[in-house]
Amino acid sequence: MTLPAEARDRYLAAFKRAAADGTGRPAWLRRLRGEAKDRFLSTGFPGVKDEDWKYTSVAGIEEREFDIAPRGVGLTSSDVAGFFPEDAAGNVLVFENGRYRADLSVRRPLPPGVHLGGLSEALSGGGDGLVPNFSRSPANAFTDLNTMLMEDGVFLHVGKDVEVPEPVHLLFLTSGGERPVMAHPRNVVVAGEGSRVTVVERYAGLSDAGCLVNAVTDIAVGRSATVTHYRLQEDGPDAYHFASLRARQGTGSRFAAHSVSLGARLSRSEVHAVLDGEDAVCLLNGLYLGNGEQHVDHFTTIDHARPGGSSREYYRGILDGRSRGVFRGRVIVRKDAQKTDARQANRNLLLSREAEADSRPQLEIHADDVKCTHGATVGPLDEEKVFYMRSRGIDECSARGLLAYAFAVGILRRFDLPDIRRTFEEKLLAWLPAAGRIREFLHEPE
Amino acid sequence: MRNGIPMLSIEHLHAAIGEKPILRGVDLVVHAGEVHAVMGPNGSGKSTLANVIAGREEYRVTAGSVLYQGGDLLAMPPEERAKEGIFLAFQNPVEIPGVSNLYFLKAALNAVRKHRGLQELDVVEFRDMVLERLRRVEMGEDLLRRAVNDGFSGGEKKRNEILQMAVLEPKLAILDETDSGLDIDALKVVAAGVNAFRSPERAIVVVTHYQRLLNHIVPDFVHVLVEGRIVRSGGRDLALELEERGYGWVQPPGVEGGEEAHP
Repeated sequence: MTLPAEARDRYLAAFKRAAADGTGRPAWLRRLRGEAKDRFLSTGFPGVKDEDWKYTSVAGIEEREFDIAPRGVGLTSSDVAGFFPEDAAGNVLVFENGRYRADLSVRRPLPPGVHLGGLSEALSGGGDGLVPNFSRSPANAFTDLNTMLMEDGVFLHVGKDVEVPEPVHLLFLTSGGERPVMAHPRNVVVAGEGSRVTVVERYAGLSDAGCLVNAVTDIAVGRSATVTHYRLQEDGPDAYHFASLRARQGTGSRFAAHSVSLGARLSRSEVHAVLDGEDAVCLLNGLYLGNGEQHVDHFTTIDHARPGGSSREYYRGILDGRSRGVFRGRVIVRKDAQKTDARQANRNLLLSREAEADSRPQLEIHADDVKCTHGATVGPLDEEKVFYMRSRGIDECSARGLLAYAFAVGILRRFDLPDIRRTFEEKLLAWLPAAGRIREFLHEPE
Repeated sequence: MRNGIPMLSIEHLHAAIGEKPILRGVDLVVHAGEVHAVMGPNGSGKSTLANVIAGREEYRVTAGSVLYQGGDLLAMPPEERAKEGIFLAFQNPVEIPGVSNLYFLKAALNAVRKHRGLQELDVVEFRDMVLERLRRVEMGEDLLRRAVNDGFSGGEKKRNEILQMAVLEPKLAILDETDSGLDIDALKVVAAGVNAFRSPERAIVVVTHYQRLLNHIVPDFVHVLVEGRIVRSGGRDLALELEERGYGWVQPPGVEGGEEAHP
């Protein structure tokens, strides 16, 4: 789909402004941005004829005018207080419209061998160490748009055998201006051999105004390293949210990507993991909740490129109102990737007749000695279960809410950060019908 | 002997699933203190009868009436029936992953107690009571921590039903094929749980295909349901006779007086 002239002019102007702001950026980055700009301006946003975008139309984005948010300080500490993780003992980095706000962030000491800071700052120093970790595949219109317009994000580097004891929290807040704004945060995480680190990306909108959030996070998981990534998306009701998480895993590494999608009118979360060393372990574990007219798309690839890898992929969605959930789970097992063990399950619960879900598992297996399973379900609550609960004296509304909670909570139980898990169990409860009664029900009887 | 308002009074009950009639005129009166067995071959409507009493909406009542303690049972939603003291032990107890057995029991018990104007039990009282009931059905404490019926064996599920009954203390318990899939030891445990529950204030309806459970839960009355009607009622001996002669011996309605009825 080519970009209409008017949109082309707008994005080109934004690029020129971003390029002007980015003078002094390293040459390699200028080249990447130029290439991304050329690709984006010539191909534009994907259309529904593009197989990867068959179920998700982004026409609404092309039509709307999003501006790069004006520079300057908008958010205050009281604005962000509510989004701070409870009792976080680690670092909390705050980004406003994609730009690092050191003044709102909480910085605490990190072990030797760890670098944590704004990406922009790392780039102004040349950022040569970033080059191999910066532009991963797959690229699409949104990652190109990010590359051409990105200003800032986080750069986290964890040295060999270093364990970062507390999670690193990244808070991406969009503050509405008079005109709809766009933000293109870009994050790079490099976990050295044998290191361990947990990163929590949380996205939230501070106003109901329309916005476009288009984030890219690239993660290199070194040999025998462990990276756990959380992504929690609670953007505002008129937001468009795009995110690409691209991970490359070394030998014996462990990578987990947990996610919860609650917000935005339209969201697309992509996760692409390449198990590029032997015996790598990958877990993708996500929950999505849709209501009203929301459209929630999860688009994943797990690429087993080397032998002995194992992957688990669990996504569950609850769709109410007229919302629509889309899941594409592609698992590739390359010719060399013998002894791969891959399991995938996507389950969708429809709470209303108008809600819809499309689930597309795609297994591409080129090796012969592998174990791969997948399963996908879409359906309403099991009425037999509802009746069972009612026959024990539990009212119908609570029974339905509780069953929906039970359906989803298994995903959250895999979250190994108790604070995050509790926070999102609360959010899940609050989202469900009869929240008050269910909460009473679940009160720990001890 | 059978004085006062019956616990349950079913008259001329017709029920269908979709357009298919299953019950075609059932009459049954159950008083407090009584144990009734409803027996019948597969497809005779036994489970339908149990589910209609518990309020399952897929079973559509097309004619007749059901009074519970003199009130119109059919007008009550299932949760009301439960709160008023009706309990159905399911033939196939439902698995509810994600909800712990303990939470479930506590929520159910508190719903029932609230309705009866009783104080909700505090945490310690609740635990003590559950642990005591748990021993009755010889269940391990770990089953409380697990999700409701999730990954339970067939026997564990049936015991869990009896545990729920023992905790909720209903007035009218309906056991739907509670013996199916149980080995003899489990059957004895389940039967002992039910017998401990018997009292002059309570009534039990045991729905079963086989006589064997009735060796352990001895009924006061036995009814034979065939093609949606009770074709014969009697005492405990009727069950033994059925065991010996099979269901071919009793006739579907409409052919009564046929040759085989008078061997």
